[in-house]
Amino acid sequence: MTDTFLLDDQTVPFTPGQTVMQAALAAGHHIPHLCYHPEFHPHGSCKLCTVKVNGRNATGCTVPAQTGLKVENDIEELRTLRQALVQMLFAEGNHFCPSCEISGNCQLQALGYDLGVMSAGFRHFFPRRPVDASHPDILLDFNRCILCELCVRASREVDGKDVFAFSGRGIHKHLIVNAATGRLADTQATAGDKAMHVCPVGAILHKRVGFAVPIGERRYDKTPISAQALAFAPRPAVGEGGEA
Amino acid sequence: MTRSLESACHPETLRRVAIDPVTRVEGHGKVTLLLDDDNQVHQARLHIVEFRGFEKFIQGRPYWEVPVMVQRLCGICPVSHHLAAAKAMDQVVGAHRLTPAAEKLRRLMHYGQILQSHALHFFHLSSPDLLFGFDSDVARRNIVGVAAAHPEVARQGVLLRKFGQEVIRVTAGKRVHGTSAVPGGVHKNLSLAERDGLLRDVYQMIAWGREAVALVRSLFEQNLPLYEDFGSFAAHGMGLVRADGALDLYHGGLRARHLDGSTLFDHLDTDRYREVIQEEVKSWSYMKFPFFRELGPEGGWYRVGPLARVTQCDSIPTPFAERERRDFLAFEGGAAARSTLGTHWARMIELLHAAEVIKALLQDDDLLSTDLLVQGARQRTGIGIIEAPRGTLIHHYEVNEDDVVEFCNLIVSTTHNNQAMNESIRVVARQHLDGREITEGLLNHIEVAIRAFDPCLSCATHALGRMPLVLELVDGSGGILDTRMTPGS
Repeated sequence: MTDTFLLDDQTVPFTPGQTVMQAALAAGHHIPHLCYHPEFHPHGSCKLCTVKVNGRNATGCTVPAQTGLKVENDIEELRTLRQALVQMLFAEGNHFCPSCEISGNCQLQALGYDLGVMSAGFRHFFPRRPVDASHPDILLDFNRCILCELCVRASREVDGKDVFAFSGRGIHKHLIVNAATGRLADTQATAGDKAMHVCPVGAILHKRVGFAVPIGERRYDKTPISAQALAFAPRPAVGEGGEA
Repeated sequence: MTRSLESACHPETLRRVAIDPVTRVEGHGKVTLLLDDDNQVHQARLHIVEFRGFEKFIQGRPYWEVPVMVQRLCGICPVSHHLAAAKAMDQVVGAHRLTPAAEKLRRLMHYGQILQSHALHFFHLSSPDLLFGFDSDVARRNIVGVAAAHPEVARQGVLLRKFGQEVIRVTAGKRVHGTSAVPGGVHKNLSLAERDGLLRDVYQMIAWGREAVALVRSLFEQNLPLYEDFGSFAAHGMGLVRADGALDLYHGGLRARHLDGSTLFDHLDTDRYREVIQEEVKSWSYMKFPFFRELGPEGGWYRVGPLARVTQCDSIPTPFAERERRDFLAFEGGAAARSTLGTHWARMIELLHAAEVIKALLQDDDLLSTDLLVQGARQRTGIGIIEAPRGTLIHHYEVNEDDVVEFCNLIVSTTHNNQAMNESIRVVARQHLDGREITEGLLNHIEVAIRAFDPCLSCATHALGRMPLVLELVDGSGGILDTRMTPGS
């Protein structure tokens, strides 16, 4: 007998150890997210995946799936909350989509479209954040960092380099690199690192290739991010249990 | 020269009339006139009241982002900024000779831009003045009025512009703010379907381009005394020419002619623009005033754009446009070629030329090639100069070893024409306003002179159409005596 929980009144099967997010995506139900990545341990920081679990707000990427849970996801209250979260991410940084080379490949932008974010919502901070272009192959544009911590996790868990970390607290929290000079060029970072390929926005850029792919032919130009999240969600192999 | 009208001796004793904003131009500017009790004009200034700051905030950005970012300067001719920046960045990545496909695709994009911009300006913005009269009923002095009274003219204008926009779409990826020009080439070729779609219509565009030239000529023939003198003045001129002296709007050397017809410099490598051009700042305008170094700020200002280009080139390398150029220069002993309103005629010759160039390019199979990018040795300086619809456009960047822009200098077409536009409104003020009671129709004469230059005052805004015309009568102590607001056109 398969374990199940209810997601928006629909039965979702899960295998022990899966989170609500993993089970939902595998079953074809999209829960919006930014800091969740199927290859890394959940972080629960962006809060986009906030769902109601038995009536209480919780991040879907961290809540373990359990039999009998009643999870609400696609409801107006959460849609409004998620729109505000996306608006706040835009307001905190400098996200100028019209001239951003990652436009069309950006998960924040794609999620904004997906959630129907039609206005700024908040007064933008317009922070002054110079880029770090010191590395020969990688450019860090801190203007676009959304603090998902994926690069931190990738560098630590996969690359074993600890190139990235966070510094500061609260609204002053920001991404730093592990070098006395504060320059990426003075770290062990290389373009082939996993950390250089997980940024969901345009904060970690590979130099000199920015507009090689035409606008209109980019990843989220063709298919909404929600559909892709479902299409590429890890699923347990047939006949196997355990974590995907 | 009418430079004496730049600053009145005792402005405190004069009353001020403002045209704010100037309508049916791209961007936002105003004109102020200072008049005495007898309505004699003592001061006339065109003020550019927008501040953009692109030169500053492009600093610190990676160089490959620049061709996309800077085109946000303008919604009317973003292609010109896109390509001027791309040409500059070609130098930065050491791409001193593009592949044939890349250069032709860029040229196609550029001439599509010339076509659509010239059509927009002549048919939508200026033809109401020319077809109905400068002081005609303001209620119909607009493109809607043209569509009602001259439906075929309006239709051709709209469809010419649409065709130019379509050329831009297939080459740049979007009708406005495309991204295809990248440092070292382009990222997209033309598909057969795209090419054939354009080829189907291009012959009609050439035919309509010829009709547009004939229309301006007929306007000159019907109103020669007015058209010959209106806002006219002698000026030095500058533009790009090909190695053989022919008109080339995408690439070439700089040619400048003195107002007496002598040559100031010719085939000057565009990388050396700073040796011949300097910019001056004035307190009453956000737009700088460039001048030829050799002649100084007082006498060194000059004119760019269609009139300068068509009168200075040795030939136009397409047959219909070349024929029209010769007729234009010969008309009434050169009367049209010397007049401010002759800019409209020259502009339509360029529109015709653009349509012919587009046809020739579409017949070239290189457009279908996938050999689109080259690179070479990196260098620090990138200077890209192109002939935008309104005139010579200069983009200059310094890029450091980390690939970040450290310096940016942009001299846009309308900036070159700053003093020339001011001269023109001063001529008009003396010709038509001195001693007369100010009316809306008379003030529109000032705007007609400005519109001849097709200024893009911020080189950014998309404003056209219904902008209100606000007139303020101000006494010598600055008090507002009367304000009139009329619906814009």
